[in-house]
Amino acid sequence: MQKSLLIDPEKCTSCLQCELACSFENEGVFNPAKSRIKVFEFEHGRRAIPYTCTQCAEAWCMHACPVEAITKNATTGAMEVQEDTCVGCKVCTIACPFGTINYNADSGKVIKCDLCGGDPQCAEACPTDAITYVDTDWTGLERMREWAEKSISRPA
Amino acid sequence: MAWQRKILRVDLTKGNCEIEPLNMEWAFDYLGERGLATKYLWENMDPKTDAMDPDNVLIFATGPLTGTMSSTSGRYAVVTKGPLTNAIACSNSGGKFGAELKFAGYDLLIIQGKSPKPVYLHILDDKVEILPADDIWGTTVWHTEEWLKAHHQNPQLKVAAIGVAGEKGVRYACVVNDLHRAAGRSGVGAVMGSKNLKAVAVRGTVGVSVDDPKRFMKVVKATHKLLAESEGRKDLTENGTNSMIDMMQEFGGLPTRNFNEVQFEGTEKINPAAMKEIHPNGHRNLLTNKACFGCTIACGRIAHIDKDHFTIVNRPKYRHASGGLEYETAYAFGPVVGVDDIDALTFAGYLMNEHGMDPISFGATLSAAMELFEMGVITLDDTDGVPLNFGNAEALTIMAEKTGKYEGFGQVLGLGSRRMCEKYGHPELSMTVKGQEFAGYDSRALQGMGLGYATGNRGACHLKHDTFAEDMEDQTGKGKAKPCKESQDKVSMVDSTGLCLFTTGSWGVEEFSDQIDAACEGDWTSERLIETGERIWNLERQFNLAAGLTAADDTLPKRLLEVPAPSGTAKGKVNELDIMLPEYYELRGWTPEGVPTKDTLERLGLAATHNA
Repeated sequence: MQKSLLIDPEKCTSCLQCELACSFENEGVFNPAKSRIKVFEFEHGRRAIPYTCTQCAEAWCMHACPVEAITKNATTGAMEVQEDTCVGCKVCTIACPFGTINYNADSGKVIKCDLCGGDPQCAEACPTDAITYVDTDWTGLERMREWAEKSISRPA
Repeated sequence: MAWQRKILRVDLTKGNCEIEPLNMEWAFDYLGERGLATKYLWENMDPKTDAMDPDNVLIFATGPLTGTMSSTSGRYAVVTKGPLTNAIACSNSGGKFGAELKFAGYDLLIIQGKSPKPVYLHILDDKVEILPADDIWGTTVWHTEEWLKAHHQNPQLKVAAIGVAGEKGVRYACVVNDLHRAAGRSGVGAVMGSKNLKAVAVRGTVGVSVDDPKRFMKVVKATHKLLAESEGRKDLTENGTNSMIDMMQEFGGLPTRNFNEVQFEGTEKINPAAMKEIHPNGHRNLLTNKACFGCTIACGRIAHIDKDHFTIVNRPKYRHASGGLEYETAYAFGPVVGVDDIDALTFAGYLMNEHGMDPISFGATLSAAMELFEMGVITLDDTDGVPLNFGNAEALTIMAEKTGKYEGFGQVLGLGSRRMCEKYGHPELSMTVKGQEFAGYDSRALQGMGLGYATGNRGACHLKHDTFAEDMEDQTGKGKAKPCKESQDKVSMVDSTGLCLFTTGSWGVEEFSDQIDAACEGDWTSERLIETGERIWNLERQFNLAAGLTAADDTLPKRLLEVPAPSGTAKGKVNELDIMLPEYYELRGWTPEGVPTKDTLERLGLAATHNA
């Protein structure tokens, strides 16, 4: 079963534990500036929205890459950047409609979410379940369940 | 590791910015944040210097755990000599600014001197500039942050700024970061203003490492779990700090109408339940909760004001969400001024953040002004025609804005309660210690709290000790000195880690030891941490004594020592400071005059400060 990150902004408190966990997993230091997931705040913090790569099946970044440095992990479904191959041309950063693949000037390569090889640390770190890692084919399951539950209290 | 081992020193007189190595010996003795900044302050200025003099030093300090994955790792402290108390001022804040300063590569930012013209500091890792603030001087904190992000085309900047209150020297002006978090108390914002420094804008991309990453992550996981499962944490997440208001109301420790009463009839209109109540027009004060950097508690409130409320009905620019009521704002705009209009309280809170002022000191000062007004000492002629009666919600919000903008009677309120009451010949009405206004706990109901207030190095403060359990159990002065002293030492340590005090309901000293020990070089046992806290407390004391304070300043207003509580569980009681204080001095290893003995100083490695 493949899994996907499911993000529920309503639950996000903007604590940035996800950014800390992501940077630690990938860079070995706590450094949100190098996080592959990013939380955006709106209206004095009323809304906080975590945003990262959704791992497109037909990924624009992968198709745009001239050196085929972006490949699909058959187990996790993640689009992964092969650092040895990446030449840092940044064409993928232009191709991605969502902005979730970015250049890292320190390494001269692009970085993006790779689902931590199937154990995404952002989801692990999130204290409010705003980020969860669920069955790719059923990312809507919890929302469906919530709506189903509401129908119980509806007058007959 | 954990420490960045770097300090940014900015001399505003000369216009210099220099990066220098952190004194690691001091880091090992004082940890970080509050403690380390106190040591640097001690070594960098004469405590007798006037707080508003260019020779006062203003230090922004992160802790070793700031910016790590420890829960609540967003804390930083602002340490300086305070203009409200003429004692050491130490205010800490959350939000995201502190972690960003650490990510830029600095443990401490030391500001010296005074710029000839208004400036702000722009920090991008090791690129530091002092830039002219002409476009933002005279504007609000909120405008300043917006302008800086737009001007530098960098939405990732984190900003700590002062408003007009800080520029004009309102004695309790604060430093606001991230729009609604603040290094709130003791007037640290006025010191920033006296240096012509409008803001610090920082972006950091260096990151923070720890000494033993594997062990650290294991400890982090365990401590996160402890917090997650704790009942106290759950209440903070659900209700914010304002859940305290119901408890204090019931207990009779809720200062009301300038401490003439200890219970407030309007509590139910401003408590957490009221914040969640849905009104007939669909309006609900509380929108959501919000975390500071790294925090898995998220006690912060995000609220909004009813669009038809008198405060904003003609001011659409305030029809947005922002920081909502916490216990201290609820107390300071509620019971102590007798107001029970939740939208007025919320709006006053907005104004504090927008203009950069400490709500506790403002509310308590207004409360004293209201008593002066009701006594007839001041009249409508003094108050710009605004009737300052207790309970007048409009007076609250008008005066909050006047003080923030430094207009009219707001200039008098900006003096703080002690200076204002002295000006009108009624110093006894000022409910302060060392010139700093009380938080929302009455010392007649909470005896140990009174001792903590009286001995507080930054004046009256509820956040530098913790005797709640003992105070709720027994309402005499007996047995309070020990928990007061011990908790002061513990809190001094916690304030020096980079983490938030609100974890201490769930974590003991051992949990701090585990995290510090894994993150930092050296062996950080619980004993060493507590001794570090005691060292910090004593160095703060030495600073105050050198500044000219004496044991006579370790006292409470007569209203708390001589006038019995009129109701509640402490009805008929006064604070028994006379029992607690001598015992406290003795436990501290201080003379009966409140001076640390040579032996005490030597034991703590502070011998060099003896007779300093």
